[in-house]
Amino acid sequence: MTVNMSKGQAISLQKADGGTLTAVRMGLGWQAAPRRGLFGSRTREIDLDASAVLFADKQPVDVVFFRHLVSDDGSVRHTGDNLVGGAGQGGDDEAILVDLQRVPVHIDQIIFTVNSFTGQTFAEVQNAFCRLVDETNGQELARYTLTGGGQYTAQIMAKVQRDGAGWQMKAVGEPANGRTFQDLMPHILPHL
Amino acid sequence: MTAELVRGQNHPLPQTRLEIRVSAGHPIVAGATLGDEQGTVRGTEWVAHPAAPQLPGIDVSRQAAADHRLAVDLGAVPEAVHRVNVLLALPTGVGGPTRFGAMPAPFVAVTGLDGTEVASYTITDLDSESAVVALELYRRQGAWKVRAVGQGYAGGLAAMLHDQGLPEAAALAARINEAVAQGMARSVAPPPPRPDGEGRVRTATAGGGAATAEPAAVPQQAPPPAPPGTAPGGPGSGGPGSGGPGSGGPVNYQHPGRRTSAPPTPPPPAPPAEPGRPAQPVAGDASGWTMDERLYNQVWGMFEDLARTAAAYRSAVDFADSRMEKELDGVLSDPRTRFGPEADAAREQARAKHTALVEQARAVLDRDLAQLAAEAEVVEPALPPAFARWDSPVWQAYQVPMEIPMALRLGELHLPERRDLRIPMLVRLPLERGLWIDSGRDGLSEAVAVDSGELRRLAADTAVAHAARLLAVYPAGEFTVHVIDPAGSAAASFAPLLRSGVLREPPATGAQGVSAMLAALTRRVDLVQMAVRSGAADALPPDLDIAEQLLIVHDFPHGFDDRAVTQLRYLADEGPSVGVHLMMVADRRDAQAYGPVLDPLWRSLLRVTPVPDEHLADPWVGHAWTYEPSLVPAGSQVVEQVLARVVQARQAYGR
Repeated sequence: MTVNMSKGQAISLQKADGGTLTAVRMGLGWQAAPRRGLFGSRTREIDLDASAVLFADKQPVDVVFFRHLVSDDGSVRHTGDNLVGGAGQGGDDEAILVDLQRVPVHIDQIIFTVNSFTGQTFAEVQNAFCRLVDETNGQELARYTLTGGGQYTAQIMAKVQRDGAGWQMKAVGEPANGRTFQDLMPHILPHL
Repeated sequence: MTAELVRGQNHPLPQTRLEIRVSAGHPIVAGATLGDEQGTVRGTEWVAHPAAPQLPGIDVSRQAAADHRLAVDLGAVPEAVHRVNVLLALPTGVGGPTRFGAMPAPFVAVTGLDGTEVASYTITDLDSESAVVALELYRRQGAWKVRAVGQGYAGGLAAMLHDQGLPEAAALAARINEAVAQGMARSVAPPPPRPDGEGRVRTATAGGGAATAEPAAVPQQAPPPAPPGTAPGGPGSGGPGSGGPGSGGPVNYQHPGRRTSAPPTPPPPAPPAEPGRPAQPVAGDASGWTMDERLYNQVWGMFEDLARTAAAYRSAVDFADSRMEKELDGVLSDPRTRFGPEADAAREQARAKHTALVEQARAVLDRDLAQLAAEAEVVEPALPPAFARWDSPVWQAYQVPMEIPMALRLGELHLPERRDLRIPMLVRLPLERGLWIDSGRDGLSEAVAVDSGELRRLAADTAVAHAARLLAVYPAGEFTVHVIDPAGSAAASFAPLLRSGVLREPPATGAQGVSAMLAALTRRVDLVQMAVRSGAADALPPDLDIAEQLLIVHDFPHGFDDRAVTQLRYLADEGPSVGVHLMMVADRRDAQAYGPVLDPLWRSLLRVTPVPDEHLADPWVGHAWTYEPSLVPAGSQVVEQVLARVVQARQAYGR
């Protein structure tokens, strides 16, 4: 069962059987740009990037993105930059894996963002989505559809924060503009 | 909040204690120069660089890295300093890009101690430059500001330092490059991205000289080694399930990456975990085609996990420290609340928060360390001889192997967080770089209570332990050791090698012995190289020993002339690819008379020490790991027994 999340909705990352989640994956998928007539081989690729910013007490302490694929502590891993997107069949083109048990104790919030590195707005990208998956059993916890997201090039997707001994996820879904997560920092801070 | 600067733009700095973060796609050198009112760097003592990483108020890192964090305290720099230039440069002579245009644009950010970004700057439009002034921090009417500079120099560091008015620019640039290259000798090479066991089977096109040292390719070699499993009186250690192409046939048409054997046996299943507790660790719980490969991958996995777990702990403690400092500062800076019970309570609270976070971090660290320790406990006894400690029981049941193992244990590594958790340090075989066993006191911590004579003896013993292990893990007759000991000063240490008969000739002594030995090995490298280039392996002279060669050079440079030094450098450069390896037992300080001519030699070798020493960096987060060599326990006869078997096996195979 997949929850199609709406802005501001919060779900606790508790499993149905009461155990807490130990590993989650943020997946991002989109369809490659269509080829056009003459000179169709000229690249017009769409490059979306997924990033995760790790905060301790509202201070960013580490970032996992295409230039820094593994957080220093090894708990957050990016599977690698995809520059062109996929076929739009629903598979993840970029993914960030979070081993929640091993996130350092001072990190209390992780923000996931999506940026359009090549500058196309979400209105132009076909079949783009972002989802959160329980990595232990592959079950989809939440899904966002980006396509039709209007004249924006970035989105602050979701926030995973400590909640007692476990973790809680909150959908943010705030659109913004920017090429990388650095451009989004002013927009991220109000959500901490 | 963050100012994204463009070239030439400036921005005020709100505080004087800052961190400058640099990220680039490839390892680069980061440094800082101090300038007076005119911007002139008054001398080399005004430059912070890897060889002199600390100046008052500036702290840069000792080695090249893709990411740097420079600590800057502008309140602590000398009064005369009006400018601080942050510079980046590409390391020379160590491979990698030679111009900034060939790599992603470097990114620099000025942040507060708590990580808040003040200003950032992406240095774009660089092309042939190999050094760049990234930022300038400067005093203006008593306050500090930052300016994005982005001035590149195609002439590299020397040109940049010269431009800043430093007279000894070229000499300093050379010193910096030297320190950086030395840093490379102090780091553990990263593991191959997906170790897939190539090189495991001798006929595969393993890197190094496996193809040229292939006995079957040389018809003159009378009995080719029997294929695994059919050896007469077979020391049947052919490795179960690794039945790839044997080393029997004259030509092997098989694609090295393709296996005909049945799929590997799955790793041993882990016993089900008790609810609420982590799973019991199992030896060989990693991917791989054989048990050895799985153990190798598991050891590297433990190495990475320990590095990262320690990084998590250290970053949490750092964060707790900086937060407490900030909170205490906050109490102090407000005159209304500086004294009195409220202030005391606030201080108390800040300390309590610090303690709580550190305790939490320690608990997580202890949990992870306990898990890794439990894993080490089951992995260590399961290791095959090549990976095992000398005191492991597997050495008692040692049999001469039929094929080379994928890796060799050089020692073990640990971190100060838990000294008894030792990770085996495994390097791939055939060796990709030689070893330098440092017999000098330079770079050792003062605490090492060993005098220099004792250190020399330990270094020779370490060399013998490594050489004996190499001899033992290679198939019979496929590894030959030579020793150069010009003054004969380590005869006692080399005695086990000589007595057992694994050395084909006694250690070379005297100037004549040295030059004869080096000439013979140089000739071998030349001939094999020629044969490989022209594809004429069968044209090698019959008297050529096609086994892998290891040359132990003791007491360098005493008794070596210039010609010998040149030959050594040649062997270090060209040898590994044709199966000739160097093991230098030397004190670098002794060799300083030769000047920089030897620097490439040192940096091409992996430096290890005869005593525990904190000098190796891991490839992930760059912690300083304490290396301890794998030595034979005192009074143990294990090396003698093992070498006796090696000699027996050689005789049995007529080698």
